[in-house]
Amino acid sequence: MSELALQGGFNSPPEDAARAFRSIMGAMAHPGRIFGIKGVNPPAPMSVAMGTIALVLCDADTPLALMPSLDTVEVRSWITFQTGAPITAAGRAMFALGQWREMLPLGRFNRGEAEYPDRSATLIAECETLKNSGLALRGPGIRDVARLSLANLPAFQENAAQFPLGVDFLFCSGTQIAGVPRTTRISEV
Amino acid sequence: MSEYNFAYLDEQTKRMIRRAILKGLAVPGYQVPFASREMPMPYGWGTGGVQVSAATLTPEDTLKVIDQGADDTTNAISIRRFFQKTADVEVTERTTEASVIQTRHRIPETELKEGQILVYQVPIPEPLRFLEPSEVETRKMHALEEYGLMHVKLYEDISIHGAIATSYAYPVKVEGRYLMDPSPIPKFDNPKMEMAAIQLFGAGREQRIYALPPYTRVVSLDFEDHPFDPGRADHACELCGAENSYLDEVIVNDRGERMFVCSDTDFCESRLNGNGEGGA
Amino acid sequence: MYVAVKGGEKAIENAHLWLAEERRGDPAVPELGIGQISEQLALAVNRVMAEGSLFDPELAALAIKQSRGDLIEAVFLIRAYRTTLPRFGASLPIETGQMSCVRRISATFKDAPGGQVLGPTFDYTHRLLDFKLAADGFVGEAEQSETPLSDDIPHIAGYLNSEGLIQDEPETDVEPGDLTREPLELPASRDIRLQSLARGDEGFVLGMAYSTQRGYARNHAFVGELRIGRVAVEMDIPELGFSIEIGEIEVTECETVNQFRGSKVEPPQFTRGYGLVMGQSERKSIAMALVDRALRWRELGEDYLGAPVQDEEFVLHHADSIQATGFLEHIKLPHYVDFQSELELVRKLRREAGRNHRPREAAV
Repeated sequence: MSELALQGGFNSPPEDAARAFRSIMGAMAHPGRIFGIKGVNPPAPMSVAMGTIALVLCDADTPLALMPSLDTVEVRSWITFQTGAPITAAGRAMFALGQWREMLPLGRFNRGEAEYPDRSATLIAECETLKNSGLALRGPGIRDVARLSLANLPAFQENAAQFPLGVDFLFCSGTQIAGVPRTTRISEV
Repeated sequence: MSEYNFAYLDEQTKRMIRRAILKGLAVPGYQVPFASREMPMPYGWGTGGVQVSAATLTPEDTLKVIDQGADDTTNAISIRRFFQKTADVEVTERTTEASVIQTRHRIPETELKEGQILVYQVPIPEPLRFLEPSEVETRKMHALEEYGLMHVKLYEDISIHGAIATSYAYPVKVEGRYLMDPSPIPKFDNPKMEMAAIQLFGAGREQRIYALPPYTRVVSLDFEDHPFDPGRADHACELCGAENSYLDEVIVNDRGERMFVCSDTDFCESRLNGNGEGGA
Repeated sequence: MYVAVKGGEKAIENAHLWLAEERRGDPAVPELGIGQISEQLALAVNRVMAEGSLFDPELAALAIKQSRGDLIEAVFLIRAYRTTLPRFGASLPIETGQMSCVRRISATFKDAPGGQVLGPTFDYTHRLLDFKLAADGFVGEAEQSETPLSDDIPHIAGYLNSEGLIQDEPETDVEPGDLTREPLELPASRDIRLQSLARGDEGFVLGMAYSTQRGYARNHAFVGELRIGRVAVEMDIPELGFSIEIGEIEVTECETVNQFRGSKVEPPQFTRGYGLVMGQSERKSIAMALVDRALRWRELGEDYLGAPVQDEEFVLHHADSIQATGFLEHIKLPHYVDFQSELELVRKLRREAGRNHRPREAAV
């Protein structure tokens, strides 16, 4: 194991993870709203935001899939050492990490079961930038309408149409995150 | 209590609860199973709410705990002290100053704002449980959105009593999909559930967490010819004069004379001190 | 003017101090030592360990002392403590065939390899209060056999199995679930049912088992074997590449042999129920085996007779004393807000009823 794998975790895990979770919860509760998040320094090309989310949510109980751009020796050994999460195929993963475009098609991820819609994957996707412009988001957590710089509208629409099944998204860029749960209805306008 | 972790729970347990909270927010009103831990207070006394709060609190939070709307009820005090000891958070009795509010049986009268989190203690999270005791069956009903049983029950109430005979834990439909138990709040509080704050529900003994993101549509079940009626004692608060708050009926002497006062003690005191936000 | 009652904080503090005083009792009477409890109230300690799911006689004894002898409260203290313990891993399955038994009996055979060993049992004692105990307590010493018991005593069920007369229980490598780490999912697998029963309240499991004997899903149980003794707990250490013994625990194991006339899916044969409980907990392990057997109706193709003990949801949801006591006692908490809304509702319904019906008597 490289020395890199041992580094970059939380300084003070209980407090740092609690603060970071509040950003994640805020993002999931306010789809499209951009939250700051930090606390972890993962190996490149993983962003601070994605690394922090992984350490807040993942452990030995959460099989995790790495998309090709993140499936490097450094990232693998870092994730394994820091979280203990077993690395697995997309179809079995509770969490998937990668570039947003690598996640498509979404059909290979677990969308939950009718009796257990919670047993669906959460996709943690890297994007170049996160801005409050672009596609229009509506649904729980949004008073009127929110806007977020997202690509691949049809993938979101198809996912939302499966409700109450479906995957949920956390988008990352640098030290920023935004959430898009399956309840969010997305359109051009 | 330095021998325990921040906010008492170990990090693995918190991660498990946090994952459940996120899925709860993603599927509003759906009850997410979680491996509830044995807490140092009894099941039925707020262990679900306490676990959700423990997984939610940061050192910077200001916590308010109410039971029956009051900050000084014994179990509220006990829970507040638990978090003062284990998480070293600031505490307050003021609704407006709190970032996290744990509650049993009430929603504060003062309208909650964005950024605030309301954590409910839930005894029986399954709204269909008293109509169908089997978990296997009720899970199927939710999957199929088969809620006829509940409508039949409410309609029977109307035909027998002329009104729906449920006054608390009055069932709601969330975003037109899941039937949800709002916890045993009086139905007076139901309309407040469409709010700007995040609402999290923890049922420890029954091992369920559910959630409502802000502005989620929450509709109390009713019928066209019998619309939902929040109900309230037909009085004004005899302390602060509020006419829009939920009232406790207090027996004041051994002749059995009653008086009506706000159940939300902070709301009432703030109005008495002239700095209330609620308005009359 | 009415002023709402304040001072709950002070009241709680005082109540706790008073409780501590009451726990100690008359200071003229010597204080109980933990060792006295773990040595002289060992069966209470065992029960607390079993239902607390934590093998530690000293902690259990402390819990009994702290709870003033309220065993459910003691179990609660142990459970709450147990939650905070880090988990280093899981042990290998214990090998009860290699138990160093202090007691081992079979009701289905007069004798069997390994022998019938009565051990330290209340059986056949006359339940007469022994007033000598009140005075001093020393009651003599049992004679020790010159040939120690073997540590390798085969299970009775094995003899029936070799003849094909008893339902086979094939070995499996499937890792058992853990109720304390995963939420209960229904229908539950047998491992989860057994865990729930092993942790379950002795009184509840006993009552459920008794109901089968009285005809509610009767399953004609014989105690094929009951054994009590110590077994080694081993753990695989990946760094070492082999397992090491990390300690010893005392357990009680009961296997029942149940009459069975066969069903659509199974030939006529004997079937089994299984009980395993930490410490010397004989009544609990037998009861557990009976309830386990009753819950296996589906697997054996038996009919569901509507008996409470066959209803897995009923049994598993109500076996836990800590869940039950918490919820039962929570009705002591203030409920005046809900009660108020009920008051308003009853008043409203009575007004409605008054409008619709003529009163039986004229109003004064």
